Amino acid sequence: MGAGALTAMQQGLQGCDICGLLSRPTPGHEEGRCPRCGETLEFRKRACVQRAWAFLIAAAVCYVPANVLPVLTTTTAAGASSDTILQGVVLLWSPTGWPLSLIVLVASIMIPSAKILALGYLLIAVQRGSVKSNEQRTRLYRMVEFIGRWSMVDVFVDTFTAALVQLKPLMAVEPGPGLVFFAAVVVLTMLAVESFDPRLIWDAASAMEARHA
Amino acid sequence: MPDEHYNQPVADRSLIACPHCDLLQHLPNLASAASARCPRCNEELWRRREDSLNRTLALAVTAALLYLVANAVPMLGLTVVGREAATTVIGGAEHLWQVGQVAVAILVLFTAIVAPALQIVLMLAIVLGTRRQPAPRWAGTLLRHHGTTQTWSMIEVMMLGVLVALVKIADYATVIPGTALFVLGALIVVLAAMQASFEPREVWEKIQWAEAGTRDRALDARS
Repeated sequence: MGAGALTAMQQGLQGCDICGLLSRPTPGHEEGRCPRCGETLEFRKRACVQRAWAFLIAAAVCYVPANVLPVLTTTTAAGASSDTILQGVVLLWSPTGWPLSLIVLVASIMIPSAKILALGYLLIAVQRGSVKSNEQRTRLYRMVEFIGRWSMVDVFVDTFTAALVQLKPLMAVEPGPGLVFFAAVVVLTMLAVESFDPRLIWDAASAMEARHA
Repeated sequence: MPDEHYNQPVADRSLIACPHCDLLQHLPNLASAASARCPRCNEELWRRREDSLNRTLALAVTAALLYLVANAVPMLGLTVVGREAATTVIGGAEHLWQVGQVAVAILVLFTAIVAPALQIVLMLAIVLGTRRQPAPRWAGTLLRHHGTTQTWSMIEVMMLGVLVALVKIADYATVIPGTALFVLGALIVVLAAMQASFEPREVWEKIQWAEAGTRDRALDARS
């Protein structure tokens, strides 16, 4: 970008996240309300790095019981067996069922862990004031934002399997204690993504450009 | 009493800041169906849609009808050695609640039932309200919260989950896909079309400003 590239914050302006209107806060105030939609405006989401870290760490903590504790318990005449998420993936794996097994593997194991790692990377990059590969980082953020909801798949699989398979004494499926931790991971990572402010990715580069302009 | 300091809007209305990288730029005038992207971070800033309000209204009405049907009829059933069982969308959440998984039950209820309903109802209210001139402020208030309902409305994710569950159960029982399953499939398509045809910029341009409200109230208090 040329020397003319400037951000709204450098000009003392605030773009509304909700309605897009650009406005200037009252002199002497750091924040105000959007005159069009009434949203509270700040230059950057307040304490967003700390909040995102808090949600992310909470998600990482829940990630352990989510994968170690069983999410489904199947009771048949022969006895009871409990499956964790990974065991569920293995159970689904068969010559005909492997695509579904792959869906659950991607949605329940790869997406949540990739999301935690990606957000952690973005937060560290922002805190270190990195100025390089910002476009890729923004793309990573958008991908994490877009893909996050799909990890809810396993919650729905277990919910409806348990709701349907109620054929006592023949066979009954019940949700296990891991399910609530897994759901928590999904919700907490979504909240972490929402509390992160992608404009921070560019701030260091913007400041540098302004100095050289 | 909330903070009543309103910002001063910039005079040049085509000047905007990119929501993803905060770069100041002028939004060009767009031809129909064209879109503008941020030169720095490639975020889509605006896509011009033709006849947005009417199309969104039609799709929102369709979505509302499909939603009602999808939640009224069974979604999945199974038979095994002469025994039958069936469940609806809400039945899934209800069962979780009964076995003590209250938190997960609330999450399923919210993402599969409450958020989609709000997404449709708010959209209906917004496009109907915006037909008035000037559009009432409550339409703006609803639009402010519409993004949240969209984030948490997960019908398409639920659909994938149900399909996986269906195949899983098919190993040891005969599954009967219910009417709701097909209606949900249609609802996913209609909801996506509804979001795609909606142009929030058009609504914001017609809406009565929040700042005008405080001015009115101040005048009322004086008189």
